[in-house]
Amino acid sequence: MGQPATFAFSESNLKEADRVIAKYPKGRQASAVMPLLDLAQRQNDGWLPRAAMDYIAEMLDMPPIKVYEVANFYTMYNLKPVGRNHVQICTNISCWIRGSDKVVKAAEETLGIGFGQTSDDGQFTLSEVECLGACVNAPMMQVNDDYFEDLDEKSAGKVFAALAKGESPAPGPQIDRTGCEPSGGLTTLKDQVAPPKAGKGK
Amino acid sequence: MLKDQDRIFQNIYGFRGRGLEAARSVGDWDGTKDILAKGRDWIIGQVKESGLRGRGGAGFGTGLKWSFMPKESDGRPHYLVVNADEGEPGTCKDREIIRNEPHKLVEGCLVAGFAIGANTAYIYIRGEFYREAEVLQAAIDEAYEAGLLGKNACGSGWDMDVYVHRGMGAYVCGEESALIESLEGKKGQPRMKPPFPAGVGLYGCPTTVNNVESIAVSPTICRRGGAWFAGLGRQNNTGTKLFCVSGHVNNPCTFEEEMSVPLKEILEKHCGGVVGGWDNLLAVIPGGCSVPLLNKEQCETVLMDFDSLREQGSGLGTAAVIVMNKQTDIVRAITRLSKFYMHESCGQCTPCREGTGWMWRMMERIADGRASIDEIDMLEEVTRQVEGHTICALGDAAAWPIQGLIRQFRPEMEKRITDRDATGGRAA
Repeated sequence: MGQPATFAFSESNLKEADRVIAKYPKGRQASAVMPLLDLAQRQNDGWLPRAAMDYIAEMLDMPPIKVYEVANFYTMYNLKPVGRNHVQICTNISCWIRGSDKVVKAAEETLGIGFGQTSDDGQFTLSEVECLGACVNAPMMQVNDDYFEDLDEKSAGKVFAALAKGESPAPGPQIDRTGCEPSGGLTTLKDQVAPPKAGKGK
Repeated sequence: MLKDQDRIFQNIYGFRGRGLEAARSVGDWDGTKDILAKGRDWIIGQVKESGLRGRGGAGFGTGLKWSFMPKESDGRPHYLVVNADEGEPGTCKDREIIRNEPHKLVEGCLVAGFAIGANTAYIYIRGEFYREAEVLQAAIDEAYEAGLLGKNACGSGWDMDVYVHRGMGAYVCGEESALIESLEGKKGQPRMKPPFPAGVGLYGCPTTVNNVESIAVSPTICRRGGAWFAGLGRQNNTGTKLFCVSGHVNNPCTFEEEMSVPLKEILEKHCGGVVGGWDNLLAVIPGGCSVPLLNKEQCETVLMDFDSLREQGSGLGTAAVIVMNKQTDIVRAITRLSKFYMHESCGQCTPCREGTGWMWRMMERIADGRASIDEIDMLEEVTRQVEGHTICALGDAAAWPIQGLIRQFRPEMEKRITDRDATGGRAA
């Protein structure tokens, strides 16, 4: 897919852009560059074309080079097309200790792609990422906006299979807990009871 | 062990729900107006008395930091910036505050904002925490609707606006001046200090940057009194702390404990012990990946606080405990951290930009045994050339884990090399 010649926000995103810009003091509209680039990326199937950067530069009265710098500096801006499911597997220390290599293996085997690759049907892009801040629920991965945690090779494979079928598997821990509490039973706040987990079997 | 009644985060697992009603049921927003009515000096005094030290890693006194802000505005607005750019490998405590107890953070913004003379707070949250940012925004919206934020917040006469600003994936933005640059719409590259943010921060205005946990505990400190908080832990290391324990324990988890609790006790009582038993313990990184590791002997007695860990040549950092048992390839583990720092170096300072790459490549070769023994000393020398020669602490953070490895596990590094030599260069 090549670079589109033009870009413009949809009507609803134009309103959202106004709302974002209003968070910052007058004359400091450059602060809105990151959220607006994100908004543009979301509108454009998960990647950020050059035309969108130019459009936002004009909107915020910034030199285009300043916007390119920002787009290049932060890893969450995708400067080329990505699959509908952007699978990002953490391989940093806490995840690695708990077996992220096996999650990577499951991804490579079920999806047939390696890090940095997109499947031919455009369904999946696989990326290696740094710590995503869910270390007590390691190993984990992010798919688009959701975290899938407490994975092993089998549960990761299940998530990939479900996504490939167009389903929406339930995010969060894939073992029997709802969050960061110890899975062997509470050691603090013991009088509290976990609410039932929404929408998913074990 | 800390009594449940002395835990600040009564809903850290989110079992009670996340909205305003759940927050009020555990005491949030109770008498906030009265706290503000006691005045700025009283609030800062309570936080000083509590002994609260910044929970983001550096451990600087929170009350003292607040007191650096100008008493009177010289015409420039003051800003509160909350650092929710949690990304130190091993660290996942702020995530739990944000998604399960967001009102503690929002109320903290009002209390802290008032104390430093700021009518505006920006919460800079890491971009990957998309769902967490949604929960936080919902809590802020609820607070506005209930009159707890906005004009005359809580009926206090103080106007307070709180905004969420999402990062987009850059570890270095956890450094406060890089975070400010990023919030201004630029690349997140740290600024030279001085000037410090309290003088010249966001938009050139007086700014205080605090970690999520520091802000979230401040309303409870004001309600229960600085003396209550100071009565927990030990001198200079007071209060309660969220610990997140990952790696080779049977039950990795996050929990709140008293400061100065023994490391061994938290691993055994809260985490189900080390995988394979205590004697199978190899090493622990006690405060997020930037602090040097501890060997088993040190882990037997060390207390989880700033001073005890410093005495052991490590640090409390973010209180993110990473446990490694004897099945861990320790050289590989530290090599992975070197790769991380290379990836996250912002490129501004030459020693860090170049040095992190050198260190990673040398670690890779040593991990494979493709090196000579004297390269271990050369690697140590490189870490010394990076450490202390950069604008921000990322260079130090890249150097320390390697220094810790060489200090504690040099024989293991040498063994890689000699084993490979013995097999004639074939992989061992």
